[in-house]
Amino acid sequence: MLSIKNLHASVDDKEILKGLNLEVKAGEVHAIMGPNGSGKSTLGNVLAGREAYEVTGGEVLLEGKDLLELSPEDRAREGVFLAFQYPVEIPGVSNINFLKTALNEIRAYKGLPPLEAREFLNRVKEKQKLVEFDAKLANRSLNEGFSGGEKKRNEIFQLAMLEPKLGILDETDSGLDIDALRIVARGVNQLRSQNNAFIVITHYQRLLEYIVPDFVHVLYKGRIVRSGTKELALELEEKGYDWIKDTVDAEGAA
Amino acid sequence: MSTKDDELLKELALEEYKYGFTTDIEMDIAPKGLTEDTVRLISAKKNEPEWLLEWRLKALRHFLQMDMPTWQNFEHPDVDFQDISYYAAPKAKPQLNSMDEVDPELISTFEKLGIPLNEQKVLAGVVAVDAVFDSVSVKTTFREKLKEQGVIFSSFGEAVQEHPELVRQYLGSVVPQTDNIYAALNSAVFSDGSFVYIPKGVHCPMELSTYFRINAENTGQFERTLIIADEGAYVSYLEGCTAPMRDENQLHAAVVELVALKDAEIKYSTVQNWYPGDKDGKGGIYNFVTKRGICKGDNSKISWTQVETGSAITWKYPGVILKGDHSVGEFYSVALTRNKQLADTGTKMIHLGKNTRSKIVSKGISAGVSHNSYRGLVKIGPGAENSRNFTQCDSLLIGDRCGAHTFPYIENRNKTATLEHEATTSKIGEDQLFYLTQRGIDPEKAVGLIVNGYAKEVLNQLPMEFAVEAQKLLAISLEGSVG
Ligand SMILES: Nc1ncnc2c1ncn2[C@@H]1O[C@H](COP(=O)(O)OP(=O)(O)OP(=O)(O)O)[C@@H](O)[C@H]1O
Ligand SMILES: [Mg+2]
Repeated sequence: MLSIKNLHASVDDKEILKGLNLEVKAGEVHAIMGPNGSGKSTLGNVLAGREAYEVTGGEVLLEGKDLLELSPEDRAREGVFLAFQYPVEIPGVSNINFLKTALNEIRAYKGLPPLEAREFLNRVKEKQKLVEFDAKLANRSLNEGFSGGEKKRNEIFQLAMLEPKLGILDETDSGLDIDALRIVARGVNQLRSQNNAFIVITHYQRLLEYIVPDFVHVLYKGRIVRSGTKELALELEEKGYDWIKDTVDAEGAA
Repeated sequence: MSTKDDELLKELALEEYKYGFTTDIEMDIAPKGLTEDTVRLISAKKNEPEWLLEWRLKALRHFLQMDMPTWQNFEHPDVDFQDISYYAAPKAKPQLNSMDEVDPELISTFEKLGIPLNEQKVLAGVVAVDAVFDSVSVKTTFREKLKEQGVIFSSFGEAVQEHPELVRQYLGSVVPQTDNIYAALNSAVFSDGSFVYIPKGVHCPMELSTYFRINAENTGQFERTLIIADEGAYVSYLEGCTAPMRDENQLHAAVVELVALKDAEIKYSTVQNWYPGDKDGKGGIYNFVTKRGICKGDNSKISWTQVETGSAITWKYPGVILKGDHSVGEFYSVALTRNKQLADTGTKMIHLGKNTRSKIVSKGISAGVSHNSYRGLVKIGPGAENSRNFTQCDSLLIGDRCGAHTFPYIENRNKTATLEHEATTSKIGEDQLFYLTQRGIDPEKAVGLIVNGYAKEVLNQLPMEFAVEAQKLLAISLEGSVG
């Protein structure tokens, strides 16, 4: 599904990603962990095509297609979805209207006609239920005045509505209470299929108890420095990052 | 902002005008120039009574003695008043009652603009329309239906013939001839416009609307609108306008007067989309309009809503004189400027009665190298016990070469008054644009969504059908898609 090879990217001429490799197959969930500032959100933004992030080397293929060639909207239409670490507020724009626009733009890209109002509303209801997203929030202005947790849940509601191929969840768990965490995880699990894949960025092993990953990677200084299964997350929880940092820094010095 | 956004914004700022076509129709056009003879000619064409000719001539004398103001936040363009024709009408002026008598060219012109003049084609009586083409009204729909309830909705010219007593009583009672130089000019040469009278206790059964179209070259449009809501009456009135694309500037100097008697309410909505000129600022309409209402009776209410997207220069301050006790004045405005457009607009709320309230919500949107100024006056007279004003004045900037300016004036002569003022300036954020495009939305549409969201509080004030139109207009004004 997704193939990242030797990806280099910088912000303001400062190199953040320094040769990152990652293969994600359809049906898989990959967790990415790593210390603050290691480049996790940068990876998400680079994949989604954010302007400020300049790719200076490497390649990214989504189902064989060169992702880096595409505009942000076309990447989204190809099936890349980024659940933001810090979702922005857009005053006065109705959540539902926004989703309808997004959904129909994606459909138009695929040569499909716009969803009829009834079909659209049925889908809204179905997905609201799936991620237990309050109908009141769905009808409000996009994230305006939402609590931190509500914003995160709105991201997952949108993900459910748009059914992307590749969902990137950037610390969706931070700010969620325990119940909300379970609900969000359950929603994601129900959306998992053989036709999609997820990259789950998190600091906490707890999320991975609910969304069980196929692989866990540690991102440090712009590279993936360790990969393993969910046991790696447990190990990190126990020992912190120092042992990895030390070995990586030592390797680098050698 | 990044380079890609810049390009996008540039493109948005250049979106072309889609109502720029001209209608080929035989016209009766007065020779250019402004003298007493011009005024006499107009008055004679309209078969006016002597008192009205005298009133016009008096206005002309005022006009000739007045100087151009200099306080506005733009350089006043040189307008050569002798180089304008003050009267232009389609030949063979159609009679009023039958559709068959309206020139098919005109019907198709208004249809292209989305204004059906054929009553059968209109969804069962939602909006009655008065269509003004250059200097004259060509057709007013649903007059019979309105008449049943005693509502008078006609062209100004007809009102002068059929209800001279009402016209004479109220004409110039809210905007005096001497109010400002353009009001004086309009009073001297006004050609047509709409007249509305809602009798006591009548809730007007449909939206009334006037659609103004400037077509002829080198003419000015000087229409006059007078709306009177008698005691306990209610009316919602809408006004829309477009003009062809021409390289020369054209002057539009209208006067609108509203009178609300005791317990009456008037809601006046404008969607102004005059030709704004091209991207280099060539051509476009000078929209210099005086609009004012008076809440004459106790408990009356006047509400102005305007969505201004067109014109090379927009210069107007729809205001309310709150004379009756407990009367309410409101002003909701969205003004969008792009390319080299200029807008200096706002409102005047004059509190005279006790317990009067006013609310001002102004949303400016500037793109390109345009300048957008809010100018508002809140005046509290000595007798306006316990009066209140709330002003909210927001500016949204698209790109970094445009300007937003705010000039709030307050004159308070009563200590019991409460005045609140809030102001914000914001930019469309890269993070907002990215959020929307990350969901698959086209960047131009994304800007349209953000702008409409920003303007929502004002758009919500518009009647349904108009709100949808206005939303599209705002989005289209910023989008690259030419319809
Ligand atoms: N837009 C930006 N402008 C300047 N610096 C940036 C920008 N985005 C990221 N950086 C820098 O790049 C580095 C990596 O940031 P990134 O947000 O990817 O880290 P992260 O791994 O997601 O951290 P966290 O766990 O705290 O979310 C940091 O040093 C950060 O300051
Ligand atoms: Mg991060």
